[in-house]
Amino acid sequence: MMDVGRHPNIELLTYSDVIGVSGYVGQFKAQIRKRPRYVDMTLCTGCGECVDACVYRKGVPNEFDAGLSKRRAAYIPLNGQGVPMKAVIDKDTCVWLSRGKCLKDCVKACPTGAINFDQKEEIVELNVGSIVVATGFEMFDPKRLSAYAYGKSPDILDGLQFERMSSATGPTKGQILTADGKKPERVAIIHCVGSRDEHANRYCSRVCCMYALKHAHLVRDKTGAEVFEFYMDIRAFGKDYEEFYQRVQEEGVYFVRGRGAEVVVLNDGKLQVKAEDTTLGIPVQISVDMVVLETAMEPQRDSDKVASLFSISRSASGFFQEAHPKLRPFHTNTEGVFLAGTCQAPKDVPDTVAHAGAAASEVLSMLSRGEVVISPTTALVDEKLCSGCKTCIALCPYTALSYLAHNGTGVVQVNEALCKGCGTCAAACPAGAITARHFTDQQIVAELEGLFKPSAMAKELASI
Amino acid sequence: MSENHFEPRIVGFLCNWCTYTAADTAGVNRMKMPPNVDIIRVMCSGRIDPEFVLKAFALGADGVIVSGCHPPGDCHYSNGNFKTFRRMPLLETVLAQYGIEKERFHWGWISGAEANKWTQLVHDFTEQVRTLGPLDWQHELASKED
Repeated sequence: MMDVGRHPNIELLTYSDVIGVSGYVGQFKAQIRKRPRYVDMTLCTGCGECVDACVYRKGVPNEFDAGLSKRRAAYIPLNGQGVPMKAVIDKDTCVWLSRGKCLKDCVKACPTGAINFDQKEEIVELNVGSIVVATGFEMFDPKRLSAYAYGKSPDILDGLQFERMSSATGPTKGQILTADGKKPERVAIIHCVGSRDEHANRYCSRVCCMYALKHAHLVRDKTGAEVFEFYMDIRAFGKDYEEFYQRVQEEGVYFVRGRGAEVVVLNDGKLQVKAEDTTLGIPVQISVDMVVLETAMEPQRDSDKVASLFSISRSASGFFQEAHPKLRPFHTNTEGVFLAGTCQAPKDVPDTVAHAGAAASEVLSMLSRGEVVISPTTALVDEKLCSGCKTCIALCPYTALSYLAHNGTGVVQVNEALCKGCGTCAAACPAGAITARHFTDQQIVAELEGLFKPSAMAKELASI
Repeated sequence: MSENHFEPRIVGFLCNWCTYTAADTAGVNRMKMPPNVDIIRVMCSGRIDPEFVLKAFALGADGVIVSGCHPPGDCHYSNGNFKTFRRMPLLETVLAQYGIEKERFHWGWISGAEANKWTQLVHDFTEQVRTLGPLDWQHELASKED
C-alpha cells in the first residue's frame, strides 16, 4: 500500500466515494465525492501533534482496533500507519465541527498550519478506461446469533478483535489478556460463526479455519493456555495449510468436532461453552476464560448500491458476481469493470493477491491493446422499423440503448460496447425492429417449425 | 402399440446460464428423464417473447416450459428474469382466453446447480400434460366448424 501511495503514476483518492458512473469500456466517466478531511494534505506531515492535542479525550471506539481501543476526533487512520500517513478530523466527533465550541488546540499544535475547518466536500469527475472494484468484505456481526452471547462479556471476542489484540500495534501491544488484565488459562475458539449456518450465511467463508488455527497457535505460543477448538470440519485447503493444521495439533490444542452451540456467561463472569462432540457422541460443557468467535466474511452492507452503480450483478450470497466461475473469475458482465479480492467471494491473502494481480494485468493488457473484443451476440435495431417508442430503453440492464432524434422522428441506437446480447429488448419491441443477433425471431421460429415437422420425432415416438 | 398411446410434445425455452446449464448437467450426470421435452436455448429468459410460446402451441406443442435464473440476484444479465416474471403472468391470462389449460404452461426458475430440479420438473410436467391429453386445437376447431 505504501508503494501505491508513492507511485508517480497512481493517484490515490482516499476518504472519497464514487457516486456516479456513466459511459462504457474505454471511456467511463466517474463522479467522485471527496469528503472533507479538514486537514490540508499538502501541508500535513503526519507528525501526530494534533492527535495529542485533540480535546476530545473521552474518545470513540477505534474502528481499526475493532472497538478495543479509543481514538480521538483527530487521528491518523490505521493507528498511525494509514496510507497516506496524514491526519483526518472526524466531523461527527470533533467538538468544533459538531458543536461549534472548542479551544481548537489542534490548530495551535499543528506545526505546519495544516488544519483547515473550512474545507468543503468536493465533487471531481474523472475519465477512466476501466474500473477495478475492490471494496472488500465486512465482518459478520455475531450479535445476530444470540446463542454466542457476544457483547454480554468483554471476554467474548470476534475474530478481528482477537487479531487486533494479538497484534504488536494493537491495544494490548500484542499481549493476549482477559478484561481483568490477566493471561487466560483456558480459551475456546468457535469456528463457523456466521457461515455454514442456515440462520446466517450458508456459504463456507473459507478463511476462518486457517485464521482460527493461527489464533490457536498464538494463544498457545503467547499464554500457554489450554485451547479448545470447536469445529465442524477443518478446511485446510491451501499450500502448506494442512501441515500447519498438523503443527497446531502437535502443539496440544484440543479439537472438539462439533459446532459450538452456546456460550453462557456465568454469574461470576466466567464463560461456559456448550457443544456436542460428534466424534464421542456426547454433549460437552467447557469452562473457559475467553471465547473467540471466528466470524465469517460477508459482503459489504452497501454492496447492492455499489452493484447498481457499476452495473454488476451479485450472486445469491450477496458477493459480486464474476462473469464465469472458472474461466472469468475477475471479470464482470460489464465490459471494462473488474473485480479484485473479497468483494467477489471470501478469500485469503494469497488468493486475494492473485485475484487482484490478474485483474490489474487484464486492465493493463486492455490499455496496451487499445481496442476491445466484444461478443458478436448483440442487439441490432432496424432503423426503418423503429418507431422510437422507447419501450426497450427502460428494459435494458446495461443502458446500452439510447434514443437518437433526427428529422423530427427518432430511433433507438444500440451501443455495442455495452450490449451483452440478452435480447430482452428484442422480446419487447412492439414493431419487431430489434434483432437479437444469433437468437433472432426467425431462428427461434425455425427451430420450433423444425421440431413439429410431421415426420421426424412423431414417427420415432410412435415406434416406441 | 395401441392407437390411444399418447406421448406429449413439450417445448422448453431455457436461458443459457441457469436452466440450460442445469439441463446440460443433468445430461452429463446421466440423470434419467422422459424424452418429451425439446429444448430451445435463448441467452436470457428475458429474450422469450410470449409470442414464441403461442407459436409453439400453434405448431403442435402439448405443453411449454419457460425457465430462467432465480430472482432476484441469479440473472446473468442483472434483471432479465424480472422481465420474465412480469411477462409470463400476462401470458397465462392470454392462454386462458385461447382455452389452453394453465397446466400446459409452466414458468419458473432453476439454477445451473439444480439439475435434480430440472429432471423432476421434466418428469412431473410430462406426466401432467400426459393426463391432460393432446392439445389438438386444429382437430377441435375443425369439429366446431362442422
